[in-house]
Amino acid sequence: MNSLLKVENLQMHYFTSKGAVRAIDDLSFELMRGETIGLVGESGCGKTSLGTSILRMPTPPGRYVSGKILVDGVDVIPLPEKEVRRNIRWQKISMVFQGAMNCLTPVYTIGRQMMETLNEHSDLSRSDAESLIAEYLGLVGLSPEIVQRYPHELSGGMKQRAVIATALFLKPEIIILDEPTTALDVIVQAQIINLLKKLKQQFSLSFIFITHDLALEAEISDRICVMYAGKIVELGSNAQIYGTQSPKHPYTERLLAATPRLFKKVEQLQFIPGTPPDLIAPPKGCRFSPRCNKAFDRCFQEEPPLIEIEPGHMSACWLHHRG
Amino acid sequence: MTDTILSVKNLKKYFEPHQSFAQSIAGSGQKKLIKAIDGISFDIRRGEIFGLIGESGCGKTTTGKLVMKLLEPTSGQMFFNGEDVTHLDKEKLKEYRRKVQMIFQDPYASMNPRFKIKDVLEEPLIIHKVKGTIEERTRMIVKALEEVKLTPPDEFMGRWPHMLSGGQRQRVATARTLILNPMMLVADEPVSMIDLSTRAEILHMMRDVQKELGLSYLYITHDLSTARYFTDRIAVMYLGRIVEIGRADDIIDNPLHPYTQALIEAVPEPATGKIDIIKELPIYGEIPSPANIPQGCRFHTRCPYATDACKNEPEPELTPDGEEHYHACRRAYEIQAERKRKQAV
Repeated sequence: MNSLLKVENLQMHYFTSKGAVRAIDDLSFELMRGETIGLVGESGCGKTSLGTSILRMPTPPGRYVSGKILVDGVDVIPLPEKEVRRNIRWQKISMVFQGAMNCLTPVYTIGRQMMETLNEHSDLSRSDAESLIAEYLGLVGLSPEIVQRYPHELSGGMKQRAVIATALFLKPEIIILDEPTTALDVIVQAQIINLLKKLKQQFSLSFIFITHDLALEAEISDRICVMYAGKIVELGSNAQIYGTQSPKHPYTERLLAATPRLFKKVEQLQFIPGTPPDLIAPPKGCRFSPRCNKAFDRCFQEEPPLIEIEPGHMSACWLHHRG
Repeated sequence: MTDTILSVKNLKKYFEPHQSFAQSIAGSGQKKLIKAIDGISFDIRRGEIFGLIGESGCGKTTTGKLVMKLLEPTSGQMFFNGEDVTHLDKEKLKEYRRKVQMIFQDPYASMNPRFKIKDVLEEPLIIHKVKGTIEERTRMIVKALEEVKLTPPDEFMGRWPHMLSGGQRQRVATARTLILNPMMLVADEPVSMIDLSTRAEILHMMRDVQKELGLSYLYITHDLSTARYFTDRIAVMYLGRIVEIGRADDIIDNPLHPYTQALIEAVPEPATGKIDIIKELPIYGEIPSPANIPQGCRFHTRCPYATDACKNEPEPELTPDGEEHYHACRRAYEIQAERKRKQAV
């Protein structure tokens, strides 16, 4: 497996009137060819910011501060917008945005909205574009005649399928999926996950799968990247996070304990008291320390580095440095 | 006093689809009624948390609205605390709404952003003309805030909704219902918009309040995992009907209706070893429109076990299976045997 995308010490801040919000703060990871990496964490931890940053479109007032995003070894941050549009966005990396299925405009047909993407990013003739749309609708399990339908005539699952088809058009290698099933019912969610697995096989895609749901992440992600307050706190394989060994970082551990499980009835479901920190002025030391039940002196003073605690398993916690 | 607080008997709610003026003068055939609720019956006991579960479009929210009397039923009956509340006049309705309160899904939209928390909590007292001096009202507000563990109450009373987290807002929403001393709460997806890390905290709080004050809850959700944890009994709805009802543990551990089985199998579990597996779901397609309910058993179009009888014969009614467990599937036991055989292989 070779590396497809490499994020190096990325910092992306939102420059607001109250100060810089450090949404992505010195974050590094690598995505391999054919791999699915899961980004998981509470709302506001920077998952979506990371997604849009990789697509080279941080939401204003967000700006890159430092670091690199290497796609096939080329840093995309300094590239001119025109270049990104022609060669990167949708050609190499596409994204299924959060709630995308609810952002389809109600006044245009599905076909016209899909056509718009093709017009923007390719030079296909109209008839070629139409046959391509029909082909991709078939791939995601929709009948080609829905091009004439309006969004309100389709169910949530059908709209999400259409949005996924649109992300696939230009044969990207990487697809960023931001909460692609959050607004859907469990059965439809399972159907969409099955579809994504099939597409991944068929087109040898790599996914960045963003969700707040650790249980869902277990279904699809080869590696799980747990984020807290703009940083990676733990990164490990599916087995390292969900296997018998249980996760190593207290945050992951407690997030997992807060996930209700259908077949394991517990008397008291756990929760994490408090709220994530203000990213304009994050707490000194470990950012999780104010909410952590295992925190000790050092945690409040110094920030723990992300270190490899076993092959392929990274975690940022001072507990690993104690004997 | 019986031990049933709310009793719903064969309740139906049909909506008439909108017709354009042209259609109505042309009289283009019959209108297709949207059968959102198509004959449901259930009882909620005193001090019980009753869960209503199903996919979007199954009628669970409409049921909640009927119970809240935000909608008038097409037919059927509803009894609350032994009284017929199917149709109420304005005075009685106000009295009823005092006893049955609602917690909404979206804690960001359910509160006036220009009201301080104190005003949010005082509003129901004003609407229901609860008499009392300012001191008495303040005392009631403090008590309600203490019940939902927003302490110190003085500090929260002066805050604005935007200063609170989603979890804190849902606590305020709960306090707002408690201030009128209700007997029952209807909670429609109260935690679905709250972060996973604090979801359990809200459910704990709601259960503590329920135990302390002896309340009954109608908990409406699509999330089986929290329902198992939070409720005493569950009713599973499909296209406007209850297809299975029973104790929460029985429903999850021993589901008898194929729809319940499909719902359970679709739930992701945080366990390793599933990345390369395409999950086989024992259900086809998506939920049909309630304007076009299939003949026979309404689930037969999606059911992998359906036979000709399921398609052609009248819809099965809820039938008992042991204690408190009812299902509406004519092949329930054959399907169970078949599933066991499959699992053994």
